[in-house]
Amino acid sequence: MAQILMDGNEAIARGAIAAGCKFFAGYPITPATTIYNMMLGLLPPSGGVCMQGEDEIASIGFCLGASMAGWKAMTATSGPGISLYSEQISFAVGSEIPIVIVDVQRLGPSTGSATRGADGDIQFLRWGNSGGLPVIVLAPIDIKDCMILTVHAFNLAEQYRCPVFIAANKEISLTRESVDPDAFVLPDVIDRKSATKEHPFIPFQAGEQRLTPDFLPIGSDQLVRQTSSTHGPDGYITTDPRQIACNQERLMEKLNGSIDDFLYYEWHPNPQAETLLVTYGVTSRAARAAIRSLSEESHPIAHLVLKTLWPTPDRLVRELAAPYRRVVVVEMNMGQYVREIERMLPGKPVYFLGQMNGELIKPLQIKEFITNG
Amino acid sequence: MDSLLNPHRPPVFCPGCAHERIVHALDRSFQDMELSGNRIAIVSDIGCSGLFDTFFNTHAFHGLHGRALTYATGIKMARPDLHVVVTMGDGGMGIGGAHVLSTCRRNIDITLLVLNNFNYGMTGGQCSATTPQDAQVTSGFLNRLEQPLDICQVTGAAGAGFVSRVSAYDTDLSAVIRQAIQFDGFSVLDIWGICPGRYTRKNKLTPKMIAAEIESQPDPDQFKEQNLRDEYGRAYRKQAEKVPPMPPPIRIEATHKAPCRGRQDVLFLGSAGQRIITAGELMCLAGATAGLHVTQKNDYPITVLRGHSISEVILAETLVEFPGIETPSVVFAIGQEGVNRRKNTFSRLGKNTLIVKARSVELPETEAEILEIEQPEKKIKNQDLALAAMAKLATLNRILSIDMLKSALDLRFSGNALRQAGSLIEEQIGISG
Repeated sequence: MAQILMDGNEAIARGAIAAGCKFFAGYPITPATTIYNMMLGLLPPSGGVCMQGEDEIASIGFCLGASMAGWKAMTATSGPGISLYSEQISFAVGSEIPIVIVDVQRLGPSTGSATRGADGDIQFLRWGNSGGLPVIVLAPIDIKDCMILTVHAFNLAEQYRCPVFIAANKEISLTRESVDPDAFVLPDVIDRKSATKEHPFIPFQAGEQRLTPDFLPIGSDQLVRQTSSTHGPDGYITTDPRQIACNQERLMEKLNGSIDDFLYYEWHPNPQAETLLVTYGVTSRAARAAIRSLSEESHPIAHLVLKTLWPTPDRLVRELAAPYRRVVVVEMNMGQYVREIERMLPGKPVYFLGQMNGELIKPLQIKEFITNG
Repeated sequence: MDSLLNPHRPPVFCPGCAHERIVHALDRSFQDMELSGNRIAIVSDIGCSGLFDTFFNTHAFHGLHGRALTYATGIKMARPDLHVVVTMGDGGMGIGGAHVLSTCRRNIDITLLVLNNFNYGMTGGQCSATTPQDAQVTSGFLNRLEQPLDICQVTGAAGAGFVSRVSAYDTDLSAVIRQAIQFDGFSVLDIWGICPGRYTRKNKLTPKMIAAEIESQPDPDQFKEQNLRDEYGRAYRKQAEKVPPMPPPIRIEATHKAPCRGRQDVLFLGSAGQRIITAGELMCLAGATAGLHVTQKNDYPITVLRGHSISEVILAETLVEFPGIETPSVVFAIGQEGVNRRKNTFSRLGKNTLIVKARSVELPETEAEILEIEQPEKKIKNQDLALAAMAKLATLNRILSIDMLKSALDLRFSGNALRQAGSLIEEQIGISG
């Protein structure tokens, strides 16, 4: 067996290159900076571009421009940078600009602690855009996930023309780890679907079956329009309530209706168990250790590790949770995704263990909570 | 060449608005340059200037207030062949100031037309970054307290290669715009005009007054020579050609046998400058050469040259589940700052933990087994203590073997650094042997 040694940020950068990323722009911020460092090493020698913006707003703005010119683009930041991205994220959502956004979460609120981890942005990523339309959020638990989910993130951004977030965490991104590169295969790369060369190009025209408009880059022979304003299929401002409503519904449905195509999760059922443990991110690893230890004491637990957080996998969670008497949700915040689990499982007892003090939740804490809670 | 104006979407500005003259002048310059619409991208932002992209049959990108230059930069880097023209008002100039300055500093081949009418027209005539202090605007007295921005002086000082101030009523306007577009670098045109809907309701401003005022301003031509240099995109691509490709991650083959079984948590406690993080990495590499799964988690303050430096390494035969340190098998106490930082750890340590310590480090009370690094005749350098401590551990064949450590050095170092590290290990073997 051979192994490679890298941290989560390097894995994300290498995953991005494998996915065909050609453009990266970022602004230095701990704990995301090393993604930018890596991309600066990887992109320019291969004909791509890596830039440092004057701020986060510029960094994501560069990416949106490059993406509309046809290049796969990624940016990476932490919570304070996501705040500054917010308006541009809304733009990418509403105007269907493919982009991968990495949030290496650190302890908040605000500038918080640069070198401490948390999963405190999980609701923020979903709702941090004006208009409240859906986004895709994927959460890795280890180095392998960082690579695989980054390729998925690009594929989804391309297929659905939308921002896709990687909800990383300092505890994954800056933790160096060994991984067997021969033990997994990266997903096939998917590119955005080009429009036919018919004139004129209608930039936001979607079909009945395929809810995502075909793409042509700015600079094509046919003219391309992009706009942050409320627009009709032609990319010009519209005030027609019917047309606007249709478009909003399409933007909702293109992601919410396709969730089954990007449900990433790990499922460890246990027919003897009464308790289902639901986790995501790095906490899933403490949960595994806790479950192993509990099972050695003849206390069986089922475990669901969610890697697609948004749109929420409601049907999946309902189905998997059905046989279990109670559900425990553990996350590195004061209670964010547990709200979604409670919403998905009305009538089922849902218990929450959270911590947001800059430290990892330990297996023993989870074990004690399950045993005594 | 035909006009690039969109016949289906004629300009919709207030009667007498200077913006409409600029629309036609811009169209004239495109025609004079014999450009087809698909060679041009018009990038606009918010406000009346943000309507520009809709009047032209060109590529169009309309985005957020003040951020037009950010999109334009991305487009130009991906498509250097396109003519990228940005329209922005004096409002966008203010809110997007950082982007304006940075684009000037880059000298990327984008043309910025600032449609400067001294107020926020679309939102009701509030003061902007260029409103004169004696003007009557809907921001009450606030504009009296802020000095207006001289766009040409600011952008010239920031490094724009082409800077010019021109009146929207100037008969040469399209020629000036054409020069700006043809300039091979970042060009800024500060185009002064009248906003009849808001600004001139309470302020007297005529084309003649604008011409006279522009005439009285210092000539921004001075910046041309001063800021002459390579266009950013071209310079970027030239530099990029010189960057060597990054090697793929090193494959570490499992060639050794680890001396112990089960999960081993190893804690390195030291101070800045003691190569603690490198020691942690070496421990990981050593583990990987024995086919172990490894993780390394570091903790150091942002002042990397001062304070504690801590590395937590886990080696295990199975995938490492929880990547946090639990009960360490070995603690390397190399520097006092790291020890102090984790002083609470020591009281929890039992007899099964081995502490390998540097002589000068003082430990809190602990039940753990303590081993001191034996000093060779010449004192070990501060930055070599961690490696010497690892070598000491390897001579005991605990956690790692000498062969694993040597292989780790081969993976991590080369040349002189490798020789020095190698001889440090040999010294420790010599002492122990």
